[in-house]
Amino acid sequence: MNNKRNLILTLVAIVVLFGVACFIQAEVDSYIRRIVNLCLIYAIIGLSMNVTNGFAGQFSLGQAGFMAIGAYMVGIFTVPVELRADVFYAVPMNPYLVNIYMPLGVALVLGGVLAAIVAGLIGTPVLRLRGDYLAIATLGFSEIIRIVITNATSVTNGALGIKNIPPLNDVRYIFLATAISYILITLLLNSSYGRAFKAIREDEIAAEAMGVNLFYHKNLAFMVSAFFAGIGGGLYGALLGTVDPKNFLFTLTYNFLLIIVLGGMGSVTGSMFGAIIVTGGLEYLRIFDEPLELMGVAIPLFRPGLRMVVFSILLMVCVLFWRHGIMGTNELTWEKIIHFIKHPLDGFRKKGVQGK
Amino acid sequence: MIKTILRTQHVTMQFGGVIAVNDLNIVVKEHEIIALIGPNGAGKTTAFNDITGVYTPTKGTVLYTKRDGTEVDITGKKPSEIAKLGIARTFQNIRLFKDLSVYENVLIAKHLHLQSNFLSATLRLPGYKKEEEAMRADVERLLKEVNLWELRNEKASSLPYGKQRYLEIVRALATEPQLLLLDEPAAGMNPKETAELTEFIRQIRDQFNLTIFMIEHHMDLVMEISDRIYVLDFGTTIATGDPAAIQNNERVIKAYLGEDEDA
Amino acid sequence: MELFQAIANMTGAGLAQHLVNGISLGSLYALIAIGYTMVYGILLMINFAHGDIVMMACYFAFFGITAFHIPWYLTFIGTIAVTALLGVVIERTAYRPLRDAPKNSVLISAIGASFLLENLANYIFSGRPMHFPDIPFLSSMISVGGVQIQAICLFIPVVTVICLFGLLHIVNHTKTGMAMRAVSKDYEIARVMGVNIDNIISITFAIGSALAAIGAIMWGIRYPGITPYLGVMPGLKCFIAAVIGGIGNIKGAVIGGFILGLGEILIVAFFPQFSGYRDAFAFIMLILILFYKPTGLLGEKTTEKV
Repeated sequence: MNNKRNLILTLVAIVVLFGVACFIQAEVDSYIRRIVNLCLIYAIIGLSMNVTNGFAGQFSLGQAGFMAIGAYMVGIFTVPVELRADVFYAVPMNPYLVNIYMPLGVALVLGGVLAAIVAGLIGTPVLRLRGDYLAIATLGFSEIIRIVITNATSVTNGALGIKNIPPLNDVRYIFLATAISYILITLLLNSSYGRAFKAIREDEIAAEAMGVNLFYHKNLAFMVSAFFAGIGGGLYGALLGTVDPKNFLFTLTYNFLLIIVLGGMGSVTGSMFGAIIVTGGLEYLRIFDEPLELMGVAIPLFRPGLRMVVFSILLMVCVLFWRHGIMGTNELTWEKIIHFIKHPLDGFRKKGVQGK
Repeated sequence: MIKTILRTQHVTMQFGGVIAVNDLNIVVKEHEIIALIGPNGAGKTTAFNDITGVYTPTKGTVLYTKRDGTEVDITGKKPSEIAKLGIARTFQNIRLFKDLSVYENVLIAKHLHLQSNFLSATLRLPGYKKEEEAMRADVERLLKEVNLWELRNEKASSLPYGKQRYLEIVRALATEPQLLLLDEPAAGMNPKETAELTEFIRQIRDQFNLTIFMIEHHMDLVMEISDRIYVLDFGTTIATGDPAAIQNNERVIKAYLGEDEDA
Repeated sequence: MELFQAIANMTGAGLAQHLVNGISLGSLYALIAIGYTMVYGILLMINFAHGDIVMMACYFAFFGITAFHIPWYLTFIGTIAVTALLGVVIERTAYRPLRDAPKNSVLISAIGASFLLENLANYIFSGRPMHFPDIPFLSSMISVGGVQIQAICLFIPVVTVICLFGLLHIVNHTKTGMAMRAVSKDYEIARVMGVNIDNIISITFAIGSALAAIGAIMWGIRYPGITPYLGVMPGLKCFIAAVIGGIGNIKGAVIGGFILGLGEILIVAFFPQFSGYRDAFAFIMLILILFYKPTGLLGEKTTEKV
């Protein structure tokens, strides 16, 4: 059976990559590790966004809000109890919360669960909307979450943010979280429920006529997406070591939008590639923000802000000229990899024939 | 006595000032093939949409008899609930899941019978695995029976037009319906294809023990296959009866040939 | 009960003050919302960049007066013209190539355009807030019946009403307006009937952006701190205003703008404890309206053809 072989190959790949993660953790400096970690976290959140936008076809822009929920769960509960008075110096922390401490893993999962619950509550009114309306409404909710966080000072420390989160710049830990997220999401997407998502994306009316309950499945996709965005947000908070409402402006969601547009809306492996390119690219583009001298002459164009200009132009170019991204709705499968190894030239020939 | 599968009572559908369907009273009995005909814009598809829950009728009720013999009011229920009760349909302008394969198109139609919840599906618990295998076996059998198995990996949108019409019917069959609604199944087909389709409809009716209710413009098909015919014009039922009676009905002839240019 | 208490505690002058603030904010929202509703009516898309067009117009006016020392009235005219052009350019580059693409692609492109304008402004003009120049008389405070208000507040509603009637005249009584209505009713048929769709769309963007520029200038005088992100929140709120009024309906957009502007100001006035949630008001209104009246107050009911 090919399925058995694929399973074994996947497990082997995960073990090998975990080995790589251990190597990076042990041998590479913390700056690079941070980038690798950010990339892994963005891969989770990118895929989570793809579940709603790419697979279920519901254009949601709420990722930043769900991330904030996860990140604050980590921020509120993983700061050591004795350091909390320092963090909440302006307004003391709520007395019910001030002595509750959770290990990171528990806070992460709880953050995901809370994000999913909030998504469920939001989903009931919002998922009846279509297209643009859904985009605006989810974006609005993401802002409302941020506004609530900014105002709930005794819980979240308001606009000051929460510092002193035990920093987690550990590639092994974050790699495992990413791998588990990818496995779970892939299993869901390849199940009958995942097929129902795709049916909704392709044609809502036909899907409904075939017995797919739109409300239930859209909500399911939305909640699963929020759950993993919450996990990703929690890891993000732990990686930064601090959370602040300004970290979760809705423009943060645009990063993940670029990831899924670039990788392919409706492709799991595409989300991974998108995350690598976007995170790596954003890091690389930092050179644009620094003054550049060519042969002793300062190029005046290079100054802070150029990086984001280039980033937004990339997003536009991608959607204008390369709408299906790297993968479209396809996946990089073991079959394709094996085929490529056996017949390395086939791919090019085939491309020439299909040529679309 | 033969079981009544579907009854509509005074079903009326109004869009703003336009009455698309007016006081529709239809009775469909088990194992019958019933045709709904009428000039363009007569309200036929609207009637289908009222029955399948796409629209909620402005007035009137739709009653459906489940497999166990109890009659339920399905007026205004969600399309997905109605599908679960055993009413499947096709669409006038083919609505396949275009970017998905033929196989996936049909497999999705099996989803409504799934008992396992999404967690057990994600974790591939034994209960779900068993169901998934059964679904796949069913789809394989079905696709082989209708000669679409060879094409299972093709994208639905890449099939030739005629095959797409068949695939839509097969997808509807995969929901294991008791009542099948076909919205212009022979649209765009030539006489030879229409004859094949006629045979196919009869065949699936017998093989899957179906009741069929269809909208159709090809009179050859309608006259040959229907047990009874309802004729709509401007939303109103102007005639019912067996094919011979309809063919000789003055009002029907007038509706088709008379003042109406579109017919 | 609390509300009555709050009203009872408020002096007549205080109430008048809030009403003036609410009406002028509502008028500004209305002007910007018209741009959203016109574009949506014709292209069925949210012009995400519309709020950022407002922001750009503020900068145009700012630099016209402070850097190029052009008299303020000429600057304002120039700003309106340049902003209209900017709107047309955005449509040509970001939206036109995707006219036959899936709706989500257009939406992404619109988000991209919005993001690009913000980042460009941040890069060119720097992120530091700048102070919109004081305009003779308009920026000054005057006293009307014991209430201290900025002079511009008296002009904003008047200008808005003039713009509204001018626009309604164009839409209802000119050939161009007729073509616009035809395109928004049925794109394909309008094309077949010989309407030059591209021109009509360009004109729509030009008018919408010009109104945005008028709004932006008054916005700058009223709220003089300008930053590259000043258009984001007003942009979202004005889109919501358009939805509340019934998207595609110009009068609806104006009504929606007033509801949001007045609502925002009055809620903060009566319930100061909720002032932190001021920006959430619009989104809550959006959810409520979509839940109870999905087509908005003046919108037409549409059903998808099956």
